[in-house]
Amino acid sequence: MSSAEVIDNFSLLPETERLNMLLEYSEALPAVPEQHDGFDFERVEECQSPVYLAVEVDNGTVSLFFDAPREAPTTRGFASVLHSALDQSTVDEVLNFDDSFPDKLGIAHLISPLRMRGIRGMIGRIKRLTRELSE
Amino acid sequence: MNLDSSEKIAGYAHPEALVSTDWVAANLGNHGITLVESNEDILLYETGHIEGAVKLDWHTELNHPLKRDYLEPEQFAELMSKKGISREDTVVIYGDRSNWWATYAFWVFKLFGHEDVRIMDGGRTLWINQGRELTKEIPQGTTEYPVVPRKDSEIRAFRDEVLNHLGKPLIDVRSKPEYTGERLHMADFPNEGATVGGHIPTAHSIPWSTATAEDETFLPKQDLEKIYLQETGFDKGQDFIAYCRIGERSSHTWFVLKYLLGLSSVRNYDGSWTEWGNLVGVPIAKGEQPGEAA
Repeated sequence: MSSAEVIDNFSLLPETERLNMLLEYSEALPAVPEQHDGFDFERVEECQSPVYLAVEVDNGTVSLFFDAPREAPTTRGFASVLHSALDQSTVDEVLNFDDSFPDKLGIAHLISPLRMRGIRGMIGRIKRLTRELSE
Repeated sequence: MNLDSSEKIAGYAHPEALVSTDWVAANLGNHGITLVESNEDILLYETGHIEGAVKLDWHTELNHPLKRDYLEPEQFAELMSKKGISREDTVVIYGDRSNWWATYAFWVFKLFGHEDVRIMDGGRTLWINQGRELTKEIPQGTTEYPVVPRKDSEIRAFRDEVLNHLGKPLIDVRSKPEYTGERLHMADFPNEGATVGGHIPTAHSIPWSTATAEDETFLPKQDLEKIYLQETGFDKGQDFIAYCRIGERSSHTWFVLKYLLGLSSVRNYDGSWTEWGNLVGVPIAKGEQPGEAA
């Protein structure tokens, strides 16, 4: 799914339904595959609840892995949104990913400013890890 | 409405302000009780909540839409009516993270003088850990909640009052590194915008979660007395003010002091560090010592 489609999934909905969409995303976050021991997970410090991120670059294609507890659905939701928008993208697509993406979802005023910094923190880390792995 | 007569709760100064999960389970669906869930993670309610509970979103529903303040009386009445809460209802509030946001909602209910408000001891976590049921069904139904004036003076402190309070019981409930000034915000939480770090001079550091047990319930009364009175040397009859970063964690301590210990004068300084840490010219203390009133 492209990032534009993810944005449409939120912004075309009436406001009252956007948080439910985030919850749906949170429930759809793929589990980390069993062989995840080989990945180097990094804690996203910007988030209020524990969420761990790993990035893998294979032949110029980026794979993303998130681990976040079910008791933290908002954080999981954001992880899942970014997974939908960016998993299996090319390195260039990830590095050029629009930093204003979180604002375009149209949910900033429905959740706290802290949360918005959390999702920006995830994007920043995804880009940095992708850059490090593709150098 | 009947009180929770369990030994622990009956031991607090105001047993009418706290109920156990057992009490809630036994009174589920009783007329005149409204359960309110108020969480830090605003999507948790949708993943499942106690039967009959309505959601209260601290971020979008309790704050004034424009200025840094709480709802106006008309807005509060509208909110309560929309949630199906009557002025006579026993409102039982619970939430995640040791009832942190539940006590914040409780404090706002008290700004509007709602008479019968109670916290469910142990909150959402204890309810779930005890294997009790959750539902995704959202209650419907509205009421006509009256417009009542907001009474700030008794339980809310403003910055000039805090400035005149230095040297009296003042409790900083943030984490240690925030108190010392080493950090401008909670670990794992992004900075919400204070220019300088440290604490209000003469404030004692007692992080809010000191009052809670492993299972997210409140500590028994004698433990709380030790923490807030014996170890600080404060006297029950003094005026107390608690603060944190934006007034949410300190409403937890406010609840403990006022309702569990029964201190007569306790106010929450909701301006807290995001106001004090940005004010021009106010005194600041850094490091582990409370510091002197200038």
